[in-house]
Amino acid sequence: MSYRLQGATGEWEVVIGMEVHSQVVSNAKLFSGAATAFGAAPNSQVSLVDAAMPGMLPVINAHCVEQAVRTGLGLRAEINKVSVFDRKNYFYPDLPQGYQISQFTQPIVGKGVVTLDFPDRESVDVGITRLHLEQDAGKSLHDQDPTRSLIDLNRSGVALMEIVSEPDMRSPEEAGAFLRKLRAILRYLGTCDGNMEEGSMRADINVSVRKPGGDLGTRCEIKNVNSIRFLQQAIVYEAGRQIEIIEGGDEVRQETRLFDPNKGETRSMRSKEEAHDYRYFPDPDLMPLVLDDDFIERIRADLPELPDEKKARFVADLGLGAEDAGVLVAEREIADYFEAVAAGRDARTAANWVIGNLFGALNKSGKTILQCPVAPAQLGALIDLITDGTLSNRLAKEVFEVMFETGRDAEAVIDEKGLRQVSDSGAIEGLVDGILAANPDKVAEYRGGKDKLFGFFVGQVMKATQGKANPQIVNEILKKKLSE
Amino acid sequence: MAALTDLGIAGALDGLAKGDFSARELTEASLGALERARPLNIAITELPEQALAVADAADARRKAGEAGAMDGVPIVMKDLFCTEGVLTTAASHILDGFHPTYSATVATKLAEAGAITIAKANLDEFAMGSSNETSHYGPVANPWTRTGGDARLVPGGSSGGSAASVAARVVAGATGTDTGGSIRQPAAFTGIVGMKPTYGRCSRWGIVAFASSLDQAGPMTRSVRDAAIMLGAMAGFDPKDSTSVDRPVPDFAAAMSGDVRGLRVGVPTEYRVEGMPADIEALWQQGIDWLKTAGAEIVEVSLPHTKYALPVYYIVAPAEASSNLARYDGVRYGLRVPGADLTEMYENTRAAGFGHEVQRRIMIGTYVLSAGYYDAYYLQAQKVRTRIAEDFRKAYEQVDVLLTPTTPSAAFAFGEKGDDPIAMYLNDVLTVPASLAGLPAISLPAGLGAEGTPLGLQLIGRPFDEETVFRAAGVLEEAAGFDHRPDAWWEEA
Repeated sequence: MSYRLQGATGEWEVVIGMEVHSQVVSNAKLFSGAATAFGAAPNSQVSLVDAAMPGMLPVINAHCVEQAVRTGLGLRAEINKVSVFDRKNYFYPDLPQGYQISQFTQPIVGKGVVTLDFPDRESVDVGITRLHLEQDAGKSLHDQDPTRSLIDLNRSGVALMEIVSEPDMRSPEEAGAFLRKLRAILRYLGTCDGNMEEGSMRADINVSVRKPGGDLGTRCEIKNVNSIRFLQQAIVYEAGRQIEIIEGGDEVRQETRLFDPNKGETRSMRSKEEAHDYRYFPDPDLMPLVLDDDFIERIRADLPELPDEKKARFVADLGLGAEDAGVLVAEREIADYFEAVAAGRDARTAANWVIGNLFGALNKSGKTILQCPVAPAQLGALIDLITDGTLSNRLAKEVFEVMFETGRDAEAVIDEKGLRQVSDSGAIEGLVDGILAANPDKVAEYRGGKDKLFGFFVGQVMKATQGKANPQIVNEILKKKLSE
Repeated sequence: MAALTDLGIAGALDGLAKGDFSARELTEASLGALERARPLNIAITELPEQALAVADAADARRKAGEAGAMDGVPIVMKDLFCTEGVLTTAASHILDGFHPTYSATVATKLAEAGAITIAKANLDEFAMGSSNETSHYGPVANPWTRTGGDARLVPGGSSGGSAASVAARVVAGATGTDTGGSIRQPAAFTGIVGMKPTYGRCSRWGIVAFASSLDQAGPMTRSVRDAAIMLGAMAGFDPKDSTSVDRPVPDFAAAMSGDVRGLRVGVPTEYRVEGMPADIEALWQQGIDWLKTAGAEIVEVSLPHTKYALPVYYIVAPAEASSNLARYDGVRYGLRVPGADLTEMYENTRAAGFGHEVQRRIMIGTYVLSAGYYDAYYLQAQKVRTRIAEDFRKAYEQVDVLLTPTTPSAAFAFGEKGDDPIAMYLNDVLTVPASLAGLPAISLPAGLGAEGTPLGLQLIGRPFDEETVFRAAGVLEEAAGFDHRPDAWWEEA
């Protein structure tokens, strides 16, 4: 069930690797104390270091180092106890120093792995080549002034983790799953907020094609991909473009390409020949970064439960199906919500409610789990009312809709709308008697073998109770009376 | 009574403490001497009003019994140190109009100790030079002249303005920075004391960077004791500089016990460079004899990688400089020369803003870091640099301090080496190894050479053992009894 692209000469396989730039969650920048909040007024979060004033020196932010190590541990990766910051030299107005401080030959994190799960097939392990810390650049604003470009240095010096994968992905689906999974892990760890729209997570994709099982083809790097949807579009387009080139008898040129989200195309940015010579060398302003075992172990001891472990626990301890468990752990906030609902209750019922009704309502309203008007305790209380027979499932759904709209407790909604389930057998018996008496012909038909009419009687009872009658009791009583 | 400007730092502090004169009087004397010394082109910026205001504050502090370690002493600040609100140029056109909003840590420390900055001193552009001829603000003249000659001599570089200001008795102390000899060589050329401390002893924060792994600030004075006092006010850990070292600053002056009995002094064979003039050779021997007489033990040592030091330096320093100077791009501060597009603006700005020597070093540095050359040049140079440091480490198993000449020649005349960069670079041959190894090294005037101009001897110590260097230097200074001074030709000029 491998993903294959159909070309004129047969099937092609796409090979995908990724470089993900993830902004480190930190109040201060990688080498300066300036703030990092998104959306601040231009050039309001710029220190002397960020503006590269003469004589200014970088000082490593220990919190960012901790975040990188935490991420490395979360990616089940080697932590390098000695790493080195290098200068990557190039001129650009939004790069005030004339170099970016990055890590080239000795990154802080080495090889790791991310496991991708799929509902319908074997999971896939994607290798992590490395993770390194580096500074972000500022932003050039070309649309503020008719004749000049302006520079906003707020982002200059913000800490990024560049996470590089092995070329282990073989389809747009896997690439999307990788980015989603990576984002989930970073968010669980609290090391990156994963917000692609605000640019705190940006992916460069390396794409090549080959005949299935053949040698690796020449790859192109695609930049400027800022959503999972675009990621998948870009891969499909780029793979198609490369197949066309090869089948047309040409060779794919190694180059950097830019994704245009409006056209859904990639276009050439610079070829290998035009590539910069970055003249990397160790930054003499910074000593090698040396981590001791205590530092690493302290972070390891403090790691949260990550999606894979959580999923395994949901399956083993809570008895959830793998697919449901996978859905629930995809985001830490959802997993937390689910666990709060499930605490002391039947986990499968809780899972059904979260995945079914809650997700439905969230989707419909465009809200995220964090904006959910119904608190976990409120949803839990609603489930309890089903368990104790106060509400039928159907009524509960109705109550939930009101709760989602108003944020009120289930009890309050029930009282206001009089939605309490009628489980009083005497009352229901009376109603049933009345209905049977009013429909002697239907009763006769039913008794004569027309089983389908049972639904009719149920409907009549529900109609008479505005749907509040306990369906189980209604069924029991009807069966009893009709068989008399 | 001698002129106030003849006093050293220790003497001035003594007179101020006794109330013989005020900081204002001392500062006025220095400002007068600065004005008279204008033919030397010492200052890029003179700061008379600011200096007098600070002097009054110093007098008030002293009255209140709160005087700092250098309170009331006028100094000159090399214009490589950023000073808040005061034009800071690095002697480069590209920093036109740059007024920092901050002061270098060393400048702040000196101000906190009560030192009064009366001027920002001229230097080689971005501290790149050995003659102070590369300054955008014109060369500094050496206060000394050759016997019977009137050719203007260079003061050495890059801390040429600092050296000349101390030698011409404008001030008793000046800040310098030393990357490959920029404190020691001009000190030797102008007959004063110049101390480059251990790399990491003084903060580099706020000093316009030339070569980050080599740059160190240090004092330039007329006596070893003054250098010890001034370094004490400059040194100390700075959390804003990741390469500064967190260890206590000793009382350097207290280390000058005058006793070197049993001290093992190494004389490195490899420093007898080819073509070393006889007068320098003789002075070196004289220095050896002085220390021997004082009870030191002289040991011949070998530093086998010395001959590679200069080429290594001229790879490492330009490599770092090419990157450090990338920030001068015309975008945010300093000079901007417009162009048709961004690239042209960069080219125009940097072509106009940087002088030839700076451009040459940027080119060399860019080349040695380029793909395909990095391994052969930069990486190889780093390996050799490690060997050079290792040479010193081994030598210090046998000896406590090394004694060498500071320079392979006395001060030369303007233009004599200006068109031959290699001849100019050779000036640093004896100072560069200690820079590459990050070691503390002092130059002190030990006598006059064949041309009647000063010659310096250099003492190199173990890392963070400035104390032994000062102790040996004090004894050597005493024995040399250097009391020559230049004719004040500039006063009549």
